[in-house]
Amino acid sequence: MNTWINLNALWKIVVVGLLAGAGLPALFAVGLRLLSPPAPAGGVATGEVAADRPSAGPVGYALAGLCFAVVLAAIGWGISVIVNHS
Amino acid sequence: MTGNDVVLALVVVTALGFDFTNGFHDTGNAMATSIVTGALPPRVAVGLSAVLNLVGAFLSTAVAATIASGLVNSQEVTLTVVFAGLIGSILWNLATWFLGIPSSSSHALIGGVVGATMAAAGSSAVKWQGLVSKVIVPAALSPFIAGAIAALGTYLVYRLTHDVAERPRAHGFRIGQVGSASMVSLAHGTNDAQKTMGVITLALIANGTLHSGAKSPTWVIASCATAIALGTYIGGWRVIRALGKGLVEIESPQGMASESASAAVILSSTDFGYSLSTTHVATGSILGSGMGKKGGVVRWHVARRMVAAWLLTLPASAVVGALAYWAANGIGGTAGVVVIFVVLVLASIAFFVVSRHPAVTPENVNAAWTGSVAPVPAPKDTDEVRS
Repeated sequence: MNTWINLNALWKIVVVGLLAGAGLPALFAVGLRLLSPPAPAGGVATGEVAADRPSAGPVGYALAGLCFAVVLAAIGWGISVIVNHS
Repeated sequence: MTGNDVVLALVVVTALGFDFTNGFHDTGNAMATSIVTGALPPRVAVGLSAVLNLVGAFLSTAVAATIASGLVNSQEVTLTVVFAGLIGSILWNLATWFLGIPSSSSHALIGGVVGATMAAAGSSAVKWQGLVSKVIVPAALSPFIAGAIAALGTYLVYRLTHDVAERPRAHGFRIGQVGSASMVSLAHGTNDAQKTMGVITLALIANGTLHSGAKSPTWVIASCATAIALGTYIGGWRVIRALGKGLVEIESPQGMASESASAAVILSSTDFGYSLSTTHVATGSILGSGMGKKGGVVRWHVARRMVAAWLLTLPASAVVGALAYWAANGIGGTAGVVVIFVVLVLASIAFFVVSRHPAVTPENVNAAWTGSVAPVPAPKDTDEVRS
């Protein structure tokens, strides 16, 4: 333990920061990806012709919902930890 | 009302004034990226941020009172010292806001209080080790930590959605941004409103109104929460523009990644007892999101200007704090404090008047970046205005 740098707090911040700060947006991205699958090969994914793109399907919707639910739950859990600590 | 009560009242008013500048100076930390990507209309964004700052200020009161007591010898702190410190921090905040530089309000406050304490009681009254370990080391590390997390988040987000069509992707991430920006606003309220609560509580203790070690009274919490929320709602459009348009050209996935990194770092460090500046974290995250995207544009000369301002924040606000102390102490007593207060009010009005020509407003905050904080009104002379 160093008196000039609080290493103990520092590594925890890096770990929590990586999980919540980079992991949650990544999970959100997975959810978005599941909601809008890529256009079939050769098609250009411009977003202009919505009818050409396949829709997500029930499994896709369910998994996407799960991803978003985990993101929301993690945020809610984080806030409750902070409120309880003070 | 005795002379001391007048001084106490002025200290409380000045502290709330600082809280107000803290609010509008830092609106950009939470909302700049949401405003420039169009996730939220400018006025809705600052309104939402204001409400969440208000909520955040009530959410956690763990940080209050630590700010000054761990950094200076609290026996040396008189009302005049607190007052002079606040003057230094408000003036530095106004100057950097005018220049569109997101400098740290926390550092301005700490610098001002440290400078005023040194002027009053000499440098031995400052706890230098506390200053280095609690302020300077976190300030040096936090932008890199936040930037690295934001860069990784940005990379992952683009990687995972590279075959998603442009329109649903932008739409989805704008919705995500509303959530992540809200978390940053909440984090700002829990972090920054505490600092003013700590200062007012310190003043009340110095005056003998509260016994030492007392918690912030409810009226202090409520008034600080209100001041920071009002400041946030006014919106520091100059800083928002510099952060959102000047530093990096931001798309909504980058915005969400940088805000998530900021919120995670600020909230976790608050919880682990590591005090850091929301401004440094937010700026580091935005830079990181620029580096994490392939072909992202980072304007390093804007970043350099911001870092230079960060290095200056502590010493500059310390000098102003010290000058304010000497002036107030030289004139002496209640009159000295009243004179400095009048000077502060006049200086604030001057900054406000100068900032109107040309003004940065919700209407032009998103105008293309041409090298200056205030958008150039005529499109014909763009690049050679200021380089």
